[in-house]
Amino acid sequence: MALVEVKNISFSYPNGYQAVDDVSFSIEAGENIAIVGQNGAGKTTTVKMLNGLTKPSSGDVLINGESTKKYTTAQMARKVGYVFQNPDDQIFNSTVYKEIEYGLKKMKVDMEECDRRIKDAAELTGMTQYLETNPYDLPLSMRKFVTIASVIASNCDVMIFDEPTAGQDLDGLNLLSELNRTLTGRGKAIVTITHDMEFVADNYERIIVMCQKKVIADGRTEDVFFQKDIMEKAMLKQPAVVRIATGIGMTENTLDVKKIAAYIKSHQIAN
Amino acid sequence: MDSIKIKNLTYRYPTAEEDILRNVSLSVKKGDLCALVGKNGSGKTTLCNAIRGFVPKFYKGDISGEVLVNGKDVQKEEIGSTALEVGFAFQNPFTQISGIADTVYEELAYGLENMGVDPAEIDDRVNRIMKLTKIEDFRDRNPYQLSGGQQQRVALAAVLVMNQDIFVIDEPTSQLDPQSTDDVFEMIKLMKSMGKTIVLVEHKMEQIAEYADQVVVMDQGQVVMEGTPKEVFSDPRCEEYHIRLPQCTGISLDLKKEGISLEELPVTLAETVDIIRKKIG
Repeated sequence: MALVEVKNISFSYPNGYQAVDDVSFSIEAGENIAIVGQNGAGKTTTVKMLNGLTKPSSGDVLINGESTKKYTTAQMARKVGYVFQNPDDQIFNSTVYKEIEYGLKKMKVDMEECDRRIKDAAELTGMTQYLETNPYDLPLSMRKFVTIASVIASNCDVMIFDEPTAGQDLDGLNLLSELNRTLTGRGKAIVTITHDMEFVADNYERIIVMCQKKVIADGRTEDVFFQKDIMEKAMLKQPAVVRIATGIGMTENTLDVKKIAAYIKSHQIAN
Repeated sequence: MDSIKIKNLTYRYPTAEEDILRNVSLSVKKGDLCALVGKNGSGKTTLCNAIRGFVPKFYKGDISGEVLVNGKDVQKEEIGSTALEVGFAFQNPFTQISGIADTVYEELAYGLENMGVDPAEIDDRVNRIMKLTKIEDFRDRNPYQLSGGQQQRVALAAVLVMNQDIFVIDEPTSQLDPQSTDDVFEMIKLMKSMGKTIVLVEHKMEQIAEYADQVVVMDQGQVVMEGTPKEVFSDPRCEEYHIRLPQCTGISLDLKKEGISLEELPVTLAETVDIIRKKIG
């Protein structure tokens, strides 16, 4: 049984505008998945339906085989954590510590456990030295990590990060890929929405491509990235590693530079 | 001729304990696109604000050194008169869009109205810029009802219509998808073709490699590297300063580690494929 089973979900706003059209996929524990696609493709609305922030107009989301329709949003928040695209939609406490603590208090986690989880989440997100800092004294790229820390501390089974790569520098991206590895190692499922195809190529084994409210591809990252027609339809750019491999005549779908090097060596002309 | 000349600029925000800019010297030639790169917190945005005079006029704090814009010392000029020479686009279009205009047309006209430009000329300039920037379709839409990418294009058009010589653009694409990023860079290309001098803060190195004339790397408030994209990105010090390389340059470095000999490090895709193809015949 999959951890999360998304079954034919659709969503329309009260004014009739449809944002998501018949989307299905499943998520296993420990999976690290990227969702990619243009703005307006339905990515955020889809993931918000995973944790009950948005209720599907039709279809259903099952967690551990149980319909999420039976859970309240508060109960759902313990299963699936969502990190907003804009951290400022989420942050309102006066210190980073209190910000991370807030959700835990609501969940009535005891004080000792609370402190342990806050320190662990801070460690993973590089926030240890900023625990007594006001989140709004940190730059936007770091405020994003404050909100990620809150979700990590809540210890949900599924964690959704909405555009965590936006505005991050190299250090921020490296931190993100390390915490993804640590969390999936703990059996958490991570779902990340991002526009950074290079980051996806380096960090995710599976991607889901959305286009015009639907899922148009779901599979191994290298297999999807090498399908030029899918990428073009979704208005996405193939990462450079794919374009290089294709450009030099490789036929294997690979994102591994070692394989490209081996191909060059085996075809190198004597000089 | 230099549009921007910064000499030994050191600056500290009012309540800060350390200088955010340290002895920065930098020249940008007229018509060039200068990309500022570096870690978050390295002083890029502060430097942008110094170019338009908001540092120190608006933010206060301690400053030494000089910023010359079109030969004029901005610290001695009124902020209002510097604004006639330097157009500024924010990272987030929400911050930029006035909120008082009901349509994109009015949004573009707003700045010109404030400057007291003749109404017939305003109409002419707004129409011309909307056409050039391909936002005519949004003419009667409310700016807030547009997508993030469309809003960013409107925000840039609203800066462009003011027709300053110099544009400072702070991370215009960090919230945008790949297609909208391309649209924004089309606009930047248009600005370049109009002879504008551009200072751009951007993390997307592929675009920098393609469009920038000059790359300036900042680290802890200092300018630590400077040169053409090729000079900067092929410099091993990029690793030291935690600069993300253009994908092709990074892959080429990895290929070198795997024992593929590359005489020079490419910064664009076409170059990379070309170099490898020559090797494999």
